[in-house]
Amino acid sequence: MQSSAVVRRQMSLARKDELIGYLFVAPQMIGFLLFVLGPIVAVFLFSTQERNLLSGVVNPVAFANFDTMLQSDRLFPKVLGNSLAFTLGLVPLNLLLSLTLAVLLTRKLRGTLFFRTLFFAPVITSTVAWAIVWRFLLQGEQGINQLLDGVGIDGPNWLREPGWAMASVIVTRVLKTAGLNMIIFMSAIQNIPREYDEAASVDGANARQVFFRITLPQLAPTILVALVLTIIGSLQVFDHILLMTNGGPANSTAVLIYYIWFQAFRVFDIGYASALAVVLFLIVLTATAVQWLLRQRFIYNER
Amino acid sequence: MNVSTYPAPLSEPLKSPADSVSAFIYRYGNKLLLYLLLIALSIPFLFPFWWMITSAFKPANDIFAYPLTLLPQTWRFENFVEVFTFQPFARHYFNSLYIAVLVTLGTLVISSLSGYAFARIRFRGSGLFFLLLLSALMMPTEVTIIPNYTLMQILRLTDTHIPLIILPILGGNGIVACFLMRQYFLGIPQDLEEAGFLDGLTRWGIFWRIAMPIARPALISVTILTFLYSWNAFLEPLVFISNSDLYTLPLSLRSITDEYGQAMWNIQLAATVLTVLPVLVIYAIAQRHVVESFALSGSKG
Repeated sequence: MQSSAVVRRQMSLARKDELIGYLFVAPQMIGFLLFVLGPIVAVFLFSTQERNLLSGVVNPVAFANFDTMLQSDRLFPKVLGNSLAFTLGLVPLNLLLSLTLAVLLTRKLRGTLFFRTLFFAPVITSTVAWAIVWRFLLQGEQGINQLLDGVGIDGPNWLREPGWAMASVIVTRVLKTAGLNMIIFMSAIQNIPREYDEAASVDGANARQVFFRITLPQLAPTILVALVLTIIGSLQVFDHILLMTNGGPANSTAVLIYYIWFQAFRVFDIGYASALAVVLFLIVLTATAVQWLLRQRFIYNER
Repeated sequence: MNVSTYPAPLSEPLKSPADSVSAFIYRYGNKLLLYLLLIALSIPFLFPFWWMITSAFKPANDIFAYPLTLLPQTWRFENFVEVFTFQPFARHYFNSLYIAVLVTLGTLVISSLSGYAFARIRFRGSGLFFLLLLSALMMPTEVTIIPNYTLMQILRLTDTHIPLIILPILGGNGIVACFLMRQYFLGIPQDLEEAGFLDGLTRWGIFWRIAMPIARPALISVTILTFLYSWNAFLEPLVFISNSDLYTLPLSLRSITDEYGQAMWNIQLAATVLTVLPVLVIYAIAQRHVVESFALSGSKG
């Protein structure tokens, strides 16, 4: 039997341990409250104010910012449409490319390490560098159009024509980040038990059947989660667009996140910018909730 | 293809060159096709890097020359000198370097402490705290940057490097680091720590002498992810810094323009090479670590 002295000692140790626990998480939690949670609350507050970044003028205006957004700001619907187009273009292209690369690189081939290193390299490269290079390559008669000229195609002025500008921004962004989904798909493919495709091959399935009937269904949970994460990520692409097109031409590449920055740090209307940020917050929140539900559903496939 | 005939058994010599070609295709055709596909797909990835590096050595006019040349006709090394004379590029380089080092050190300290506590120490509210952090993981920095800017304005810290150091350590990037550390600490066998406890180590001793040395791979991952995050960060410097002496590399690269606002391509590209190449070299050496670190931290658009 334990004496009460020992029990007391253990209790006090546990209490001391609890104190240490609080001390250990304190910096992270205080920082979180100050620079993440506090600001999220503040964004909601700011969105009900007329607020200027430079003059410091603050007036409560209730929902006037949201009224402006929904009724008189003609750019807002355009910006939402741009965001939608950007996401709808980027996400399927990203998943298709990254999945293709992952499938190719998980075959037994020499040199896959080289290709993996190459396809992943843009992920670690600074967006500014990537954008500088591509902006040049897509300019007028230079770069890509020279190459196209060689095969007899008269390329458009990529970044100066609205539709092409959006397409250019999407494709160059996909090239920048597809490597990330690629390595996630690669590890998922490598985790599929080999016996499955071997059994299928023995049963006479060809490579295509093995891919569509065995590999793809096994990958479905990973693909779903990657899908939602890529959608969320696509809503946060700011620097790439600022540097490639600066939202132009004729606002054709001004997406929601770009517009928030524009209103806050170019127009200095941080009340209105906060109202826009609230919209973005709600969209991301919805996507995150969907992703959570998917994870719950496919939890068995998590590492 | 006729499976029963090919591949020909080695004992049976092939009859004609045509036969040997089709045997070759049968044996290696699939692989050849895969390689062709991979090479085709790698062009849009390789070309920008190639073009960036070679153009950095060209005179400005040659970059625009027609037709495009894969290698510089005349090598102009002065580009790399002019990078430093055109604007205080060395200072910008130093700014980026010291900020990234401080951000990395700060993140390592704070995330290993919190990650360890969430993984190992029982305290009331730990579940709730962790859930709170988790919920913020998906929040774009852009949503919080407006109030953060206002906060820094009140504290008179705009146009200093302090927000560029504090925000990544405690914001989204730091939270990812906390998750990675927690995940790793959870995987360390509890017996080891209990043995340490029986040997009379305090909680701090267990953390510092037992858990931290084992967690080296996780610490390396956090170092890689955080350093790159800070080195490449664009939004925070853009918003917080206006004094060009305080620029970090991404702002510096963007601002290399002549008096008409036109980009000075050869100099800009030389600066870009100086910014990107060290990262690429380290990546090439430690690529397994780098790729694994990103695989752990998950997907972004």
